[in-house]
Amino acid sequence: MNASNHLVALGTIVRREVSRIMRIWSQTLLPPAITMTLYFVVFGSLLGKNIKIHEHSYIDYIVPGLIMMSVIQNAYGNISSSFFGAKFGRYVEEMLVSPMPSWVILTGYVAGAVVRGLIVGAIVLGLSYFFTHTRIAHPFATLAAVLLAAVVFALAGFVNAVYAKKFDDVAIVPTFVLTPLTYLGGVFYSVEMLPQPWHTVSMANPILYMVNAFRYGLLGTSDVNLWLAFGVMVAATVILGAVAMRLLHRGVGLRA
Amino acid sequence: MSPVPALEVDQLTKTYASGVQALKGVSLTVQPGDFFALLGPNGAGKSTLIGILSSLVNASGGDARVFGHSIHRERRAAMQMIGLVPQELNFNIFETPFQICVNSAGFYGIARDVAMQRAEKYLRELSLWEKMDAPARTLSGGMKRRLMIARAMMNEPRLLILDEPTAGVDIEIRRAMWRFVSEINRAGTTVILTTHYLEEAEQLCRNIAIIDKGTIIENTSMKHLLGKLDVETFVLDVTANDAALPDVPGVRIVRLDEHTLEAEMSRTHDLNSLFAALSARGITVTSMRNKANRLEELFVRLVESNAGVAAA
Repeated sequence: MNASNHLVALGTIVRREVSRIMRIWSQTLLPPAITMTLYFVVFGSLLGKNIKIHEHSYIDYIVPGLIMMSVIQNAYGNISSSFFGAKFGRYVEEMLVSPMPSWVILTGYVAGAVVRGLIVGAIVLGLSYFFTHTRIAHPFATLAAVLLAAVVFALAGFVNAVYAKKFDDVAIVPTFVLTPLTYLGGVFYSVEMLPQPWHTVSMANPILYMVNAFRYGLLGTSDVNLWLAFGVMVAATVILGAVAMRLLHRGVGLRA
Repeated sequence: MSPVPALEVDQLTKTYASGVQALKGVSLTVQPGDFFALLGPNGAGKSTLIGILSSLVNASGGDARVFGHSIHRERRAAMQMIGLVPQELNFNIFETPFQICVNSAGFYGIARDVAMQRAEKYLRELSLWEKMDAPARTLSGGMKRRLMIARAMMNEPRLLILDEPTAGVDIEIRRAMWRFVSEINRAGTTVILTTHYLEEAEQLCRNIAIIDKGTIIENTSMKHLLGKLDVETFVLDVTANDAALPDVPGVRIVRLDEHTLEAEMSRTHDLNSLFAALSARGITVTSMRNKANRLEELFVRLVESNAGVAAA
Protein backbone atom coordinates (compact mmCIF):
# COMPACT_ATOMS: atom_id res chain seq x y z
CA MET A 1 0.00 0.00 0.00
CA ASN A 2 1.31 3.44 -0.90
CA ALA A 3 0.39 6.84 0.55
CA SER A 4 -2.58 7.16 -1.77
CA ASN A 5 -3.94 3.75 -0.68
CA HIS A 6 -3.48 4.79 2.95
CA LEU A 7 -5.54 7.91 2.32
CA VAL A 8 -8.31 5.85 0.74
CA ALA A 9 -8.31 3.46 3.72
CA LEU A 10 -8.29 6.36 6.18
CA GLY A 11 -11.14 8.06 4.33
CA THR A 12 -13.12 4.81 4.43
CA ILE A 13 -12.90 4.55 8.22
CA VAL A 14 -13.71 8.23 8.74
CA ARG A 15 -16.68 8.05 6.35
CA ARG A 16 -17.96 4.95 8.12
CA GLU A 17 -17.62 6.62 11.51
CA VAL A 18 -19.32 9.85 10.44
CA SER A 19 -22.07 7.84 8.78
CA ARG A 20 -22.59 6.00 12.09
CA ILE A 21 -22.73 9.28 14.05
CA MET A 22 -25.37 10.65 11.68
CA ARG A 23 -27.34 7.39 11.50
CA ILE A 24 -27.80 7.28 15.26
CA TRP A 25 -27.98 11.07 15.77
CA SER A 26 -30.60 10.67 18.46
CA GLN A 27 -27.99 8.83 20.54
CA THR A 28 -24.91 10.78 19.51
CA LEU A 29 -25.95 14.41 18.97
CA LEU A 30 -29.27 15.00 20.69
CA PRO A 31 -28.49 13.96 24.31
CA PRO A 32 -25.56 16.38 24.81
CA ALA A 33 -27.64 19.19 23.32
CA ILE A 34 -30.45 18.56 25.82
CA THR A 35 -28.08 18.09 28.79
CA MET A 36 -26.10 21.23 28.06
CA THR A 37 -29.27 23.29 27.56
CA LEU A 38 -30.33 22.22 31.05
CA TYR A 39 -26.92 23.27 32.42
CA PHE A 40 -27.30 26.66 30.75
CA VAL A 41 -30.79 27.10 32.16
CA VAL A 42 -30.14 25.86 35.70
CA PHE A 43 -26.59 26.98 36.40
CA GLY A 44 -26.36 29.90 34.02
CA SER A 45 -29.73 31.62 33.95
CA LEU A 46 -31.33 30.58 37.24
CA LEU A 47 -28.65 29.95 39.88
CA GLY A 48 -25.71 31.85 38.47
CA LYS A 49 -27.22 35.18 37.47
CA ASN A 50 -25.72 36.99 40.48
CA ILE A 51 -22.33 35.26 40.36
CA LYS A 52 -19.26 36.73 38.70
CA ILE A 53 -15.89 35.00 38.24
CA HIS A 54 -12.85 36.89 36.91
CA GLU A 55 -15.14 39.75 35.89
CA HIS A 56 -17.24 37.43 33.72
CA SER A 57 -20.88 36.62 34.30
CA TYR A 58 -21.29 33.07 35.55
CA ILE A 59 -22.94 31.84 32.36
CA ASP A 60 -20.11 33.32 30.27
CA TYR A 61 -17.62 31.64 32.58
CA ILE A 62 -19.15 28.16 32.36
CA VAL A 63 -19.81 28.16 28.60
CA PRO A 64 -16.21 27.16 27.65
CA GLY A 65 -16.17 24.43 30.32
CA LEU A 66 -19.50 23.02 29.22
CA ILE A 67 -18.43 22.98 25.57
CA MET A 68 -15.17 21.29 26.51
CA MET A 69 -17.02 18.79 28.71
CA SER A 70 -19.27 17.88 25.76
CA VAL A 71 -16.32 17.54 23.41
CA ILE A 72 -14.36 15.32 25.81
CA GLN A 73 -17.27 13.06 26.70
CA ASN A 74 -18.42 12.64 23.12
CA ALA A 75 -14.98 12.04 21.63
CA TYR A 76 -14.34 9.43 24.32
CA GLY A 77 -17.80 7.88 24.06
CA ASN A 78 -17.73 7.71 20.26
CA ILE A 79 -14.50 5.80 19.90
CA SER A 80 -14.98 3.52 22.88
CA SER A 81 -18.46 2.41 21.83
CA SER A 82 -17.70 2.28 18.10
CA PHE A 83 -14.44 0.35 18.36
CA PHE A 84 -15.76 -1.96 21.06
CA GLY A 85 -18.86 -2.51 18.91
CA ALA A 86 -16.58 -3.51 16.02
CA LYS A 87 -14.79 -5.94 18.34
CA PHE A 88 -18.03 -7.31 19.77
CA GLY A 89 -19.61 -7.71 16.33
CA ARG A 90 -16.30 -9.11 15.01
CA TYR A 91 -16.29 -6.71 12.06
CA VAL A 92 -13.03 -5.26 13.35
CA GLU A 93 -11.65 -8.36 11.56
CA GLU A 94 -12.44 -6.66 8.24
CA MET A 95 -9.68 -4.22 9.07
CA LEU A 96 -7.30 -6.67 10.73
CA VAL A 97 -7.19 -8.96 7.68
CA SER A 98 -6.53 -6.04 5.35
CA PRO A 99 -3.06 -4.69 4.56
CA MET A 100 -3.98 -1.42 6.29
CA PRO A 101 -1.28 -0.36 8.77
CA SER A 102 -2.20 0.06 12.44
CA TRP A 103 -1.68 3.81 12.35
CA VAL A 104 -4.34 4.20 9.68
CA ILE A 105 -6.86 2.27 11.80
CA LEU A 106 -6.05 4.38 14.86
CA THR A 107 -6.06 7.68 12.96
CA GLY A 108 -9.37 6.83 11.30
CA TYR A 109 -11.13 6.05 14.55
CA VAL A 110 -9.59 9.07 16.31
CA ALA A 111 -10.67 11.31 13.43
CA GLY A 112 -14.22 9.96 13.69
CA ALA A 113 -14.26 10.67 17.42
CA VAL A 114 -12.86 14.18 16.90
CA VAL A 115 -15.54 14.88 14.29
CA ARG A 116 -18.28 13.92 16.76
CA GLY A 117 -16.60 15.97 19.50
CA LEU A 118 -16.45 19.01 17.21
CA ILE A 119 -20.03 18.63 15.96
CA VAL A 120 -21.31 18.38 19.52
CA GLY A 121 -19.05 21.27 20.58
CA ALA A 122 -20.46 23.40 17.75
CA ILE A 123 -24.04 22.48 18.75
CA VAL A 124 -23.38 23.46 22.38
CA LEU A 125 -21.69 26.69 21.28
CA GLY A 126 -24.71 27.44 19.11
CA LEU A 127 -27.09 26.73 22.01
CA SER A 128 -25.08 29.05 24.26
CA TYR A 129 -26.12 31.98 22.06
CA PHE A 130 -29.68 31.57 23.33
CA PHE A 131 -28.38 32.43 26.82
CA THR A 132 -25.39 34.74 26.33
CA HIS A 133 -23.25 36.36 23.64
CA THR A 134 -20.19 34.13 23.54
CA ARG A 135 -17.31 35.66 21.61
CA ILE A 136 -14.11 33.95 20.57
CA ALA A 137 -11.21 36.04 21.89
CA HIS A 138 -8.39 33.87 20.48
CA PRO A 139 -9.61 31.67 17.60
CA PHE A 140 -6.33 29.77 17.11
CA ALA A 141 -5.99 28.91 20.81
CA THR A 142 -9.67 27.90 20.86
CA LEU A 143 -9.30 25.57 17.90
CA ALA A 144 -5.99 24.12 19.10
CA ALA A 145 -7.38 23.45 22.59
CA VAL A 146 -10.57 21.78 21.40
CA LEU A 147 -8.74 19.66 18.81
CA LEU A 148 -6.05 18.50 21.23
CA ALA A 149 -8.55 17.71 23.98
CA ALA A 150 -10.69 15.72 21.54
CA VAL A 151 -7.64 13.78 20.31
CA VAL A 152 -6.44 13.03 23.86
CA PHE A 153 -9.79 11.63 24.94
CA ALA A 154 -10.33 9.82 21.67
CA LEU A 155 -7.04 8.01 22.26
CA ALA A 156 -8.01 7.28 25.86
CA GLY A 157 -11.36 5.91 24.67
CA PHE A 158 -9.57 3.72 22.14
CA VAL A 159 -7.35 2.21 24.84
CA ASN A 160 -10.48 1.60 26.93
CA ALA A 161 -12.17 -0.16 24.00
CA VAL A 162 -9.14 -2.34 23.32
CA TYR A 163 -9.15 -3.67 26.88
CA ALA A 164 -12.95 -3.86 27.22
CA LYS A 165 -14.41 -7.34 27.22
CA LYS A 166 -18.05 -6.37 27.69
CA PHE A 167 -20.16 -3.23 27.22
CA ASP A 168 -20.02 -2.53 30.98
CA ASP A 169 -16.25 -2.08 30.68
CA VAL A 170 -16.83 0.75 28.22
CA ALA A 171 -19.24 2.52 30.61
CA ILE A 172 -17.13 2.25 33.77
CA VAL A 173 -14.41 4.76 32.86
CA PRO A 174 -16.77 7.60 31.83
CA THR A 175 -18.88 7.08 34.94
CA PHE A 176 -16.19 6.68 37.55
CA VAL A 177 -13.24 8.57 36.06
CA LEU A 178 -14.21 10.95 33.28
CA THR A 179 -17.27 12.58 34.85
CA PRO A 180 -15.63 13.25 38.28
CA LEU A 181 -12.49 14.60 36.62
CA THR A 182 -14.57 16.86 34.40
CA TYR A 183 -16.67 18.23 37.27
CA LEU A 184 -13.50 18.82 39.31
CA GLY A 185 -11.65 20.24 36.31
CA GLY A 186 -12.80 23.84 36.70
CA VAL A 187 -15.85 23.67 34.47
CA PHE A 188 -18.11 25.36 37.05
CA TYR A 189 -15.58 27.27 39.14
CA SER A 190 -12.15 28.84 39.10
CA VAL A 191 -9.54 26.56 40.61
CA GLU A 192 -8.19 29.64 42.41
CA MET A 193 -11.31 29.54 44.58
CA LEU A 194 -10.23 26.20 46.05
CA PRO A 195 -8.43 26.07 49.43
CA GLN A 196 -5.23 24.09 49.84
CA PRO A 197 -4.57 21.19 49.45
CA TRP A 198 -7.43 20.91 46.90
CA HIS A 199 -5.95 23.62 44.73
CA THR A 200 -2.70 21.66 44.40
CA VAL A 201 -4.54 18.35 43.98
CA SER A 202 -6.62 19.88 41.18
CA MET A 203 -3.46 20.74 39.29
CA ALA A 204 -2.96 16.98 38.71
CA ASN A 205 -6.24 16.83 36.78
CA PRO A 206 -5.47 16.99 33.04
CA ILE A 207 -9.00 18.20 32.25
CA LEU A 208 -8.28 21.39 34.22
CA TYR A 209 -5.66 22.33 31.63
CA MET A 210 -7.96 21.60 28.71
CA VAL A 211 -10.85 23.60 30.13
CA ASN A 212 -8.61 26.54 30.94
CA ALA A 213 -6.85 26.54 27.57
CA PHE A 214 -10.25 26.57 25.89
CA ARG A 215 -11.56 29.24 28.26
CA TYR A 216 -8.54 31.35 27.37
CA GLY A 217 -9.45 30.91 23.71
CA LEU A 218 -13.04 32.06 24.24
CA LEU A 219 -12.79 34.55 27.11
CA GLY A 220 -9.08 35.38 27.31
CA THR A 221 -9.03 34.09 30.94
CA SER A 222 -7.14 31.09 32.32
CA ASP A 223 -6.30 29.76 35.78
CA VAL A 224 -3.19 28.01 34.48
CA ASN A 225 -0.21 28.94 32.35
CA LEU A 226 -1.22 28.56 28.70
CA TRP A 227 2.03 26.92 27.62
CA LEU A 228 1.77 24.44 30.45
CA ALA A 229 -1.81 23.67 29.43
CA PHE A 230 -0.86 22.98 25.82
CA GLY A 231 2.24 21.10 27.00
CA VAL A 232 0.06 18.76 29.08
CA MET A 233 -2.24 18.12 26.14
CA VAL A 234 0.59 17.46 23.70
CA ALA A 235 2.32 15.14 26.19
CA ALA A 236 -0.93 13.25 26.81
CA THR A 237 -1.45 12.91 23.05
CA VAL A 238 2.04 11.50 22.53
CA ILE A 239 1.86 9.07 25.46
CA LEU A 240 -1.66 7.80 24.74
CA GLY A 241 -0.91 7.63 21.02
CA ALA A 242 2.15 5.48 21.68
CA VAL A 243 0.20 3.21 24.02
CA ALA A 244 -2.65 2.81 21.52
CA MET A 245 -0.24 2.05 18.67
CA ARG A 246 1.58 -0.55 20.73
CA LEU A 247 -1.68 -2.24 21.71
CA LEU A 248 -2.83 -2.32 18.09
CA HIS A 249 0.51 -3.55 16.82
CA ARG A 250 0.59 -6.39 19.35
CA GLY A 251 -3.07 -7.14 18.74
CA VAL A 252 -3.97 -6.90 22.43
CA GLY A 253 -7.65 -7.74 22.81
CA LEU A 254 -7.90 -8.21 19.04
CA ARG A 255 -5.73 -11.13 17.97
CA ALA A 256 -5.63 -14.48 19.77
CA MET B 1 11.92 -22.30 -12.96
CA SER B 2 9.00 -23.51 -10.85
CA PRO B 3 6.38 -20.88 -9.99
CA VAL B 4 6.34 -19.27 -6.55
CA PRO B 5 3.88 -21.30 -4.44
CA ALA B 6 0.62 -19.58 -3.60
CA LEU B 7 1.18 -20.61 0.00
CA GLU B 8 4.13 -22.09 1.84
CA VAL B 9 3.51 -22.89 5.49
CA ASP B 10 6.72 -23.59 7.32
CA GLN B 11 6.68 -25.20 10.77
CA LEU B 12 3.86 -23.02 12.11
CA THR B 13 3.16 -23.45 15.79
CA LYS B 14 0.52 -21.93 18.00
CA THR B 15 0.09 -22.29 21.73
CA TYR B 16 -2.79 -20.27 23.19
CA ALA B 17 -2.55 -18.46 26.51
CA SER B 18 -4.65 -21.27 28.00
CA GLY B 19 -1.79 -23.66 27.21
CA VAL B 20 -3.65 -25.42 24.40
CA GLN B 21 -1.21 -26.32 21.63
CA ALA B 22 -3.35 -25.82 18.53
CA LEU B 23 -0.59 -26.21 15.91
CA LYS B 24 2.49 -28.37 16.37
CA GLY B 25 4.79 -27.45 13.51
CA VAL B 26 2.47 -27.46 10.51
CA SER B 27 4.08 -27.34 7.06
CA LEU B 28 2.37 -27.51 3.69
CA THR B 29 2.57 -26.03 0.23
CA VAL B 30 -0.25 -24.94 -2.06
CA GLN B 31 0.56 -24.34 -5.70
CA PRO B 32 -0.84 -21.41 -7.69
CA GLY B 33 -4.22 -22.15 -9.25
CA ASP B 34 -4.89 -25.09 -6.97
CA PHE B 35 -8.23 -25.89 -5.35
CA PHE B 36 -6.95 -27.19 -2.05
CA ALA B 37 -8.92 -28.89 0.70
CA LEU B 38 -7.85 -28.47 4.31
CA LEU B 39 -9.83 -30.98 6.30
CA GLY B 40 -9.86 -32.05 9.89
CA PRO B 41 -12.21 -32.80 12.76
CA ASN B 42 -13.46 -30.03 15.02
CA GLY B 43 -10.63 -28.58 17.09
CA ALA B 44 -7.95 -30.01 14.78
CA GLY B 45 -6.33 -26.61 14.18
CA LYS B 46 -7.84 -25.62 10.81
CA SER B 47 -9.27 -22.31 11.96
CA THR B 48 -6.13 -21.49 13.93
CA LEU B 49 -4.04 -22.05 10.82
CA ILE B 50 -6.39 -19.90 8.74
CA GLY B 51 -6.41 -17.29 11.51
CA ILE B 52 -2.63 -17.06 11.40
CA LEU B 53 -2.57 -16.84 7.60
CA SER B 54 -5.14 -14.05 7.63
CA SER B 55 -3.51 -12.11 10.47
CA LEU B 56 -6.24 -12.74 13.04
CA VAL B 57 -4.13 -15.02 15.23
CA ASN B 58 -0.52 -14.44 16.28
CA ALA B 59 1.70 -17.44 15.52
CA SER B 60 3.92 -18.78 18.31
CA GLY B 61 6.56 -19.93 15.84
CA GLY B 62 7.30 -20.65 12.21
CA ASP B 63 6.38 -18.64 9.16
CA ALA B 64 4.13 -18.69 6.12
CA ARG B 65 4.63 -17.07 2.74
CA VAL B 66 1.82 -15.96 0.44
CA PHE B 67 3.16 -15.84 -3.12
CA GLY B 68 6.62 -15.45 -1.59
CA HIS B 69 5.69 -12.74 0.94
CA SER B 70 6.23 -13.61 4.59
CA ILE B 71 3.16 -12.99 6.77
CA HIS B 72 5.53 -11.71 9.48
CA ARG B 73 8.08 -9.62 7.59
CA GLU B 74 5.91 -8.51 4.65
CA ARG B 75 2.48 -8.66 6.23
CA ARG B 76 0.93 -5.95 4.08
CA ALA B 77 2.08 -7.48 0.80
CA ALA B 78 0.87 -10.89 1.95
CA MET B 79 -2.51 -9.60 3.13
CA GLN B 80 -3.01 -7.74 -0.15
CA MET B 81 -3.18 -11.13 -1.89
CA ILE B 82 -5.56 -12.90 0.48
CA GLY B 83 -9.34 -12.92 0.50
CA LEU B 84 -10.90 -14.49 3.58
CA VAL B 85 -14.35 -15.96 4.04
CA PRO B 86 -14.39 -16.75 7.74
CA GLN B 87 -16.44 -19.36 9.52
CA GLU B 88 -18.33 -16.86 11.68
CA LEU B 89 -20.31 -13.92 10.33
CA ASN B 90 -18.17 -10.82 10.83
CA PHE B 91 -19.75 -7.82 9.19
CA ASN B 92 -21.63 -4.87 10.61
CA ILE B 93 -25.27 -5.98 10.55
CA PHE B 94 -26.43 -2.35 10.44
CA GLU B 95 -24.66 -1.70 7.15
CA THR B 96 -25.97 -2.71 3.73
CA PRO B 97 -24.27 -5.31 1.51
CA PHE B 98 -23.17 -2.51 -0.81
CA GLN B 99 -21.61 -0.51 2.04
CA ILE B 100 -19.94 -3.62 3.46
CA CYS B 101 -18.32 -4.45 0.12
CA VAL B 102 -17.27 -0.88 -0.71
CA ASN B 103 -15.84 -0.33 2.78
CA SER B 104 -13.93 -3.59 2.62
CA ALA B 105 -12.35 -2.49 -0.66
CA GLY B 106 -11.50 0.83 0.95
CA PHE B 107 -9.52 -0.95 3.66
CA TYR B 108 -7.36 -2.36 0.85
CA GLY B 109 -6.81 1.15 -0.52
CA ILE B 110 -9.04 0.59 -3.56
CA ALA B 111 -10.45 3.87 -4.89
CA ARG B 112 -14.14 4.35 -4.21
CA ASP B 113 -15.29 4.42 -7.85
CA VAL B 114 -13.48 1.13 -8.54
CA ALA B 115 -14.84 -0.31 -5.29
CA MET B 116 -18.40 0.57 -6.27
CA GLN B 117 -18.01 -1.12 -9.66
CA ARG B 118 -16.60 -4.26 -8.06
CA ALA B 119 -19.31 -4.30 -5.40
CA GLU B 120 -21.96 -4.26 -8.12
CA LYS B 121 -20.14 -6.96 -10.10
CA TYR B 122 -19.78 -9.42 -7.20
CA LEU B 123 -23.15 -8.70 -5.59
CA ARG B 124 -24.77 -9.40 -8.97
CA GLU B 125 -22.73 -12.57 -9.50
CA LEU B 126 -23.76 -13.84 -6.09
CA SER B 127 -27.42 -12.87 -6.61
CA LEU B 128 -27.37 -10.21 -3.91
CA TRP B 129 -27.81 -7.09 -6.01
CA GLU B 130 -31.54 -6.92 -5.22
CA LYS B 131 -30.58 -6.65 -1.55
CA MET B 132 -27.76 -4.12 -1.98
CA ASP B 133 -29.52 -1.48 0.15
CA ALA B 134 -31.10 -3.77 2.73
CA PRO B 135 -29.54 -3.78 6.20
CA ALA B 136 -27.38 -6.89 6.43
CA ARG B 137 -29.25 -8.07 9.52
CA THR B 138 -32.36 -8.61 7.37
CA LEU B 139 -30.61 -11.04 4.98
CA SER B 140 -31.21 -14.78 5.15
CA GLY B 141 -28.46 -17.11 6.36
CA GLY B 142 -27.50 -18.10 2.82
CA MET B 143 -27.40 -14.48 1.70
CA LYS B 144 -25.11 -13.57 4.59
CA ARG B 145 -22.73 -16.37 3.56
CA ARG B 146 -22.74 -15.17 -0.04
CA LEU B 147 -22.17 -11.62 1.13
CA MET B 148 -18.98 -12.73 2.86
CA ILE B 149 -17.79 -14.30 -0.40
CA ALA B 150 -18.59 -11.09 -2.32
CA ARG B 151 -16.72 -9.06 0.30
CA ALA B 152 -13.70 -11.39 0.13
CA MET B 153 -13.56 -10.82 -3.64
CA MET B 154 -13.39 -7.03 -3.38
CA ASN B 155 -9.58 -6.95 -3.42
CA GLU B 156 -9.61 -9.58 -6.20
CA PRO B 157 -7.33 -11.86 -4.18
CA ARG B 158 -4.87 -14.31 -5.70
CA LEU B 159 -5.51 -16.63 -2.75
CA LEU B 160 -9.08 -17.12 -1.54
CA ILE B 161 -9.47 -18.88 1.81
CA LEU B 162 -12.89 -20.30 2.59
CA ASP B 163 -13.38 -21.50 6.16
CA GLU B 164 -16.50 -23.66 6.18
CA PRO B 165 -18.36 -21.24 3.95
CA THR B 166 -21.39 -23.46 3.40
CA ALA B 167 -22.07 -24.39 7.03
CA GLY B 168 -25.82 -24.37 7.55
CA VAL B 169 -26.59 -23.42 3.96
CA ASP B 170 -29.20 -25.33 1.96
CA ILE B 171 -28.11 -27.52 -0.93
CA GLU B 172 -29.29 -25.21 -3.72
CA ILE B 173 -27.41 -22.19 -2.40
CA ARG B 174 -24.40 -24.38 -1.63
CA ARG B 175 -24.24 -25.53 -5.25
CA ALA B 176 -24.58 -21.96 -6.50
CA MET B 177 -21.73 -20.92 -4.22
CA TRP B 178 -19.51 -23.72 -5.48
CA ARG B 179 -20.26 -22.81 -9.08
CA PHE B 180 -19.10 -19.28 -8.34
CA VAL B 181 -15.95 -20.40 -6.50
CA SER B 182 -15.13 -22.94 -9.22
CA GLU B 183 -15.32 -20.20 -11.83
CA ILE B 184 -13.06 -17.98 -9.74
CA ASN B 185 -10.62 -20.88 -9.48
CA ARG B 186 -10.74 -21.55 -13.22
CA ALA B 187 -9.95 -17.88 -13.76
CA GLY B 188 -6.71 -18.38 -11.84
CA THR B 189 -7.45 -17.71 -8.17
CA THR B 190 -5.97 -20.26 -5.80
CA VAL B 191 -8.63 -21.56 -3.40
CA ILE B 192 -8.17 -23.15 0.01
CA LEU B 193 -11.31 -24.72 1.41
CA THR B 194 -12.21 -26.16 4.76
CA THR B 195 -15.55 -27.91 4.97
CA HIS B 196 -17.34 -30.66 6.83
CA TYR B 197 -19.19 -31.62 3.64
CA LEU B 198 -16.56 -34.06 2.41
CA GLU B 199 -18.35 -34.85 -0.83
CA GLU B 200 -17.85 -31.18 -1.74
CA ALA B 201 -14.13 -31.42 -1.08
CA GLU B 202 -13.96 -34.63 -3.13
CA GLN B 203 -15.72 -33.05 -6.09
CA LEU B 204 -14.02 -29.65 -6.03
CA CYS B 205 -10.48 -30.04 -4.74
CA ARG B 206 -7.42 -31.34 -6.55
CA ASN B 207 -5.14 -31.53 -3.52
CA ILE B 208 -5.80 -32.14 0.11
CA ALA B 209 -4.26 -31.89 3.56
CA ILE B 210 -5.80 -33.49 6.60
CA ILE B 211 -4.95 -31.94 9.93
CA ASP B 212 -5.61 -33.56 13.28
CA LYS B 213 -4.53 -32.49 16.74
CA GLY B 214 -2.40 -29.69 15.29
CA THR B 215 -0.44 -31.94 12.93
CA ILE B 216 -0.76 -32.63 9.20
CA ILE B 217 -1.46 -36.35 8.93
CA GLU B 218 -1.96 -36.47 5.17
CA ASN B 219 -0.96 -34.09 2.39
CA THR B 220 -1.34 -35.34 -1.14
CA SER B 221 -3.46 -35.17 -4.28
CA MET B 222 -7.12 -36.07 -4.01
CA LYS B 223 -6.62 -38.74 -6.68
CA HIS B 224 -3.77 -40.34 -4.80
CA LEU B 225 -5.61 -40.24 -1.51
CA LEU B 226 -8.76 -41.79 -2.92
CA GLY B 227 -6.60 -44.47 -4.56
CA LYS B 228 -5.61 -45.60 -1.07
CA LEU B 229 -9.14 -46.63 -0.29
CA ASP B 230 -9.18 -50.41 -0.80
CA VAL B 231 -12.49 -51.26 0.83
CA GLU B 232 -15.97 -50.13 -0.13
CA THR B 233 -19.23 -50.57 1.70
CA PHE B 234 -22.53 -50.88 -0.16
CA VAL B 235 -26.02 -50.60 1.22
CA LEU B 236 -28.38 -52.98 -0.58
CA ASP B 237 -32.16 -52.57 -0.58
CA VAL B 238 -33.69 -56.03 -0.87
CA THR B 239 -37.12 -57.63 -1.04
CA ALA B 240 -38.35 -58.88 2.33
CA ASN B 241 -36.80 -62.27 2.93
CA ASP B 242 -35.73 -64.03 6.12
CA ALA B 243 -33.46 -66.54 4.34
CA ALA B 244 -30.00 -67.02 5.86
CA LEU B 245 -27.35 -64.76 4.35
CA PRO B 246 -24.95 -66.44 1.91
CA ASP B 247 -21.26 -66.84 2.66
CA VAL B 248 -19.35 -65.05 -0.12
CA PRO B 249 -15.52 -65.19 0.10
CA GLY B 250 -14.04 -61.71 0.55
CA VAL B 251 -17.39 -60.10 1.36
CA ARG B 252 -18.78 -59.29 4.80
CA ILE B 253 -22.57 -59.18 4.65
CA VAL B 254 -24.66 -57.82 7.52
CA ARG B 255 -28.45 -57.58 7.72
CA LEU B 256 -29.44 -54.13 8.97
CA ASP B 257 -33.19 -54.77 8.85
CA GLU B 258 -35.74 -56.80 6.95
CA HIS B 259 -35.23 -54.75 3.78
CA THR B 260 -31.61 -53.69 4.05
CA LEU B 261 -28.22 -55.42 3.84
CA GLU B 262 -24.74 -53.99 4.12
CA ALA B 263 -21.86 -55.52 2.14
CA GLU B 264 -18.21 -54.59 2.73
CA MET B 265 -15.69 -55.78 0.17
CA SER B 266 -12.43 -54.99 -1.55
CA ARG B 267 -12.70 -52.36 -4.31
CA THR B 268 -11.41 -54.94 -6.78
CA HIS B 269 -13.92 -57.62 -5.76
CA ASP B 270 -16.51 -58.41 -8.44
CA LEU B 271 -20.13 -57.71 -7.59
CA ASN B 272 -21.52 -60.54 -9.74
CA SER B 273 -20.61 -63.26 -7.22
CA LEU B 274 -22.40 -61.31 -4.50
CA PHE B 275 -25.55 -60.88 -6.58
CA ALA B 276 -25.44 -64.55 -7.65
CA ALA B 277 -25.13 -65.76 -4.04
CA LEU B 278 -27.99 -63.54 -2.91
CA SER B 279 -30.13 -64.63 -5.81
CA ALA B 280 -29.47 -68.29 -4.97
CA ARG B 281 -30.98 -67.63 -1.52
CA GLY B 282 -34.00 -65.97 -3.09
CA ILE B 283 -32.93 -62.48 -2.07
CA THR B 284 -33.62 -59.88 -4.77
CA VAL B 285 -31.63 -56.64 -4.77
CA THR B 286 -33.86 -53.73 -5.78
CA SER B 287 -31.26 -50.95 -5.45
CA MET B 288 -27.82 -50.25 -4.02
CA ARG B 289 -25.66 -47.25 -3.01
CA ASN B 290 -22.34 -46.45 -1.39
CA LYS B 291 -22.65 -46.28 2.37
CA ALA B 292 -20.52 -43.12 2.55
CA ASN B 293 -18.55 -41.14 0.05
CA ARG B 294 -15.01 -42.34 -0.46
CA LEU B 295 -13.31 -39.33 1.06
CA GLU B 296 -15.46 -39.58 4.14
CA GLU B 297 -14.41 -43.19 4.68
CA LEU B 298 -10.73 -42.31 4.27
CA PHE B 299 -11.05 -39.27 6.47
CA VAL B 300 -12.59 -41.26 9.31
CA ARG B 301 -9.94 -43.96 9.01
CA LEU B 302 -7.03 -41.52 9.00
CA VAL B 303 -8.32 -39.60 11.98
CA GLU B 304 -9.08 -42.81 13.88
CA SER B 305 -5.64 -44.24 13.16
CA ASN B 306 -4.07 -40.93 14.25
CA ALA B 307 -6.06 -41.15 17.49
CA GLY B 308 -4.62 -44.66 17.95
CA VAL B 309 -1.08 -43.38 17.38
CA ALA B 310 -1.62 -40.52 19.83
CA ALA B 311 -3.05 -42.90 22.45
CA ALA B 312 -0.11 -45.28 22.02
